[in-house]
Amino acid sequence: MKGMTIIVKTISGWVKVLIFLFGINIILFGHLTPGGGFAGGVILASSYVLLMLAFGREFVEKNLPIPLASRLDCLGAFLFAFVAILGIVFGGSFFVNFLYQRYLPGHPLHLVSAGTIPLSNIAIGLKVGASLFLAIFALSAFRKDFQRPQEQGRDAGQE
Amino acid sequence: MLYALCFLLFMIGLYCAVVKKNLVKIVIGLAIMEYAVNLFLIMLGYRAGGTAPIIGRGDLQAGVERVTAHFINSSVDPLPQALVLTSIVISLGSLALLISICIRIYDKYGTFDITEIRRLRG
Amino acid sequence: MSRVLPAFVLVPLIAAFVLPVFGTKAKAAATLLANLVTISLLALAVACVGQSGIYEVGNWSSRIGIVLVLDGLSSLMLLAIGVVSAAAMLFSVRYMEQYTAKPKYLSLFLLMVAGMNGVVISGDIFNLFVFLEIASIASYALVGFGCEHEELEASFKYMVLGTVASAFILLGIALVYGNTGALNMAYTARAIQQTGINAGLAFAMSLFIAGFGLKAALVPFHAWLPDAHPSAPAPISAMLSGVLIKALGVYALSRLIFNVFGVSIPVSWVLIALGVLSMVVGVFLAVGQWDFKRLLAYHSISQMGYVVLGIGMGALILAKRGNPLWASLAILGGLFHLVNHAVFKSLLFLTSGSVEMATGTRQLKKMGGLVERMPYTRAACTIASASIAGVPPFNGFWSKLILVIAAVQAGFFGLAAVTVVVSLVTLLSFLKVQRYVFLGDLPEELQNTRENKGSMRMAMLFLATLCLLMSLLVLVPSLRVTVLQPAVDVLIEGVSHSMKMANL
Repeated sequence: MKGMTIIVKTISGWVKVLIFLFGINIILFGHLTPGGGFAGGVILASSYVLLMLAFGREFVEKNLPIPLASRLDCLGAFLFAFVAILGIVFGGSFFVNFLYQRYLPGHPLHLVSAGTIPLSNIAIGLKVGASLFLAIFALSAFRKDFQRPQEQGRDAGQE
Repeated sequence: MLYALCFLLFMIGLYCAVVKKNLVKIVIGLAIMEYAVNLFLIMLGYRAGGTAPIIGRGDLQAGVERVTAHFINSSVDPLPQALVLTSIVISLGSLALLISICIRIYDKYGTFDITEIRRLRG
Repeated sequence: MSRVLPAFVLVPLIAAFVLPVFGTKAKAAATLLANLVTISLLALAVACVGQSGIYEVGNWSSRIGIVLVLDGLSSLMLLAIGVVSAAAMLFSVRYMEQYTAKPKYLSLFLLMVAGMNGVVISGDIFNLFVFLEIASIASYALVGFGCEHEELEASFKYMVLGTVASAFILLGIALVYGNTGALNMAYTARAIQQTGINAGLAFAMSLFIAGFGLKAALVPFHAWLPDAHPSAPAPISAMLSGVLIKALGVYALSRLIFNVFGVSIPVSWVLIALGVLSMVVGVFLAVGQWDFKRLLAYHSISQMGYVVLGIGMGALILAKRGNPLWASLAILGGLFHLVNHAVFKSLLFLTSGSVEMATGTRQLKKMGGLVERMPYTRAACTIASASIAGVPPFNGFWSKLILVIAAVQAGFFGLAAVTVVVSLVTLLSFLKVQRYVFLGDLPEELQNTRENKGSMRMAMLFLATLCLLMSLLVLVPSLRVTVLQPAVDVLIEGVSHSMKMANL
C-alpha cells in the first residue's frame, strides 16, 4: 500500500501524536469519564491506521514490527490475569478490588481512587490496541490486483 | 413503539443475511442484526427524564447520601450499558474473523458469489 | 472445593496466551505444556465430582455480582469436557504435524476449552453468553484451520449460522432482563415465579430454543453441521461433535428450561418434537453417505435427538405432575446418553482421523481391507461402532435401554418404537462402515499403509476403555449415586434448586 501526498504526510505526522495521547487519556481516566480500556485501545489502534494510510504499509512495519506487537498483545493479557490473580492472593477471592478496599483507597474522583480498575483498564487498552493493529495490518496485505486462480494456473502452465 | 422499530431493524438484517448472494452483503446483514440487538439492549435502560449515570466533581460536595439518593432517583440504568460494551467487543471479534475468511475465500475461489462456492453438498 | 472454580477458566486462558510466544522454535515445549494443561483439568474435574457450592467473583454478593456454580450437572459436564479434551489434545500431538502454525492451533484449542468450561460453571445468564461466544469464535477459527477450499467454505457457513444464533440468544437475554430486571439465574427464577410467564418471556423462550437449537444442531437448525465437522481437522471434529454441541447447546437449553424458567407443557412438546425429528432425519440422511466423516456428522445429529428426547420426556412428565420416578428415569437416560455420546463419538472421529492420516482419503469406496494393516484403529472403531449402535455390554446400550424403558412406562409407546427403529438403522449404517473400511480387499494404492504410532494409539485406547467402563457408571449403584444422580436431581428439582443454591 503506497502512501499519499506530502501535505497529508506532514499533517498526519502531527495529528497521529495527538490521537495517541487522546487514546491514553481515555484509558487512564476510564473510571471517571466514559470510555475505559476498550474504547481507548481502539483509538490507539486507529492512530496507527492513520499512519498506515498516509505513509504506506512498509513504513508502519518498520515503525512497530509485528513480533513486537504480538508480544505487547500477550503482555496485556498477562497483566490482566496477573491483576486478577493478585486479587486471590491479597483479597481472598478472584478479581477482588484489593487496592481500593485495603491499601490505597485514595480520594473519590481523583486519578488514584478506584483501586485495581485503572490497572485493568491499562492492560485491556494495551491488548485491544495491539490486537486491532495486528488484525488491520494483516487484512491490508491483500492488494487490489492479486490474480484469480485460473489466471495463475494459466501463467504457471505457460512458464 | 420504539421497540417495534428496533425489531424491524433486526428483521431487515436477518432478511439481508438470508436472501443476498454476495458474501460481503451477508456479512453486512449480520452486522445490522447485531447493531439492532445492541440498540434494543440500551433502550431497555431508559427512564423518562433521566440523566447519565456519571457522578461529577461538583456533585460530591452535597454529601454522600444525598448524591446516592439523587443518583438512584434520576439516572438511567447503567447495567445495560455495560452489557452492550461487552456485546460490541464480541461482535468486533466475530466480524473481523468473518471478513478475513471472506478474503481468503476470494483468494481460493475467485468470486464472492455464493452460488458458485458450492463444493460441499449432499 | 468451590474455591478452585476459577481455575477451570483461568488456567487454559493463561496457557492460551503463553503459547504463541513460543513461536516455531519450541514446538515440543508448547505441545507438552498444552497436554499438561488438559490433563490437569481432567484431574481437577475428577476431584470435583460430588461437590457443590457457589463462588462469588470479587467478593460481591450474589445480588449484584457474578457467581460461579458447581452442582451435579456442572460437575458431570466438566468431567465430559475434561475427558474429551485430554484425549483430543493427546491425539493432536501427532496428527497436527501435517499442518503449519501448531502453537496457534494449541492456543485456539485451549481458548475453546476455557470457553466451554466457563459455560458450564457460570451462574449468570449474560456470563454464559460471553463464554459461549469465546468458545464459538475459537471453534469458527479452528474449523477453517487448514486453509483449503472446502474448509474455508464450511467455516463461513458455520460462522454465519453461529452469528445468527448468537444474535437470537442475545435478544432473548435482553427480553429476560427487560421483563425481570435480574440476570443472575436464581434471582431471575424467583422473579419469574412471582410474575408468571408473560408474552415477552414466552417470546424469549422461543428465541432461546432457536438460538441454542442452532448451536446444538437440532433439525431444522442443522444445516451447518454436515459441512463443518468433516472439514475440520480430526481432533477438532472430535471436540466439536463430542462436547461443543452439548455444552453450548443442550446443557444451556436444559439449564434455562429447568432451572430458570420452569417446565411447561408447550415447551416440553417442542423439545420432544425436535428430538424425534433430529433422530429420524439424521439417521436416514446418514445411511446414504459415502464420506466417512460426513456420515459420522449426520449420526451426531441423530444422537443429539436422543438426548433432547430424553430431556423433553422428563420435562413433559414433570409439567403434567406425573410420577417423578419416570421423569427421573427419562432425564437419567438423556444425560447418560450425552456423556456416552461424548466418549464414543469422539473416539469415532479420532479413528476416522487416524484412517485419513494413514490412507489420505475419506471416501468409503476407496478404502478396504485395512484390518490387517491397522489393528489398533480397527479395534477402537469396532468398539465405538458397537457402542453407538447399542450393542450390549457397551455403554450405548444402557443409555438407550433406559430411554426406552422410561418412554414405555410413561405411556409414550410411539416414541419408544421410533427409538428402537432408529437404533436399528444406526446399526445398519455402522455395519456398512465396518465392511467398507476394514473388511474386504486392500486396493493397490493402499498397499503400504501402516498403523499410526505413539500418542494417537494411546488416545484411542484411552477412549475405548472408557467406552467399556462407563457402563459401570449406571450398573454399580455407588458410582451412579455419586456421579449421575446429582445431575438428574438438579434438573428434577428445577427452580427450587437454583433458589436453594443462592440461599434465597
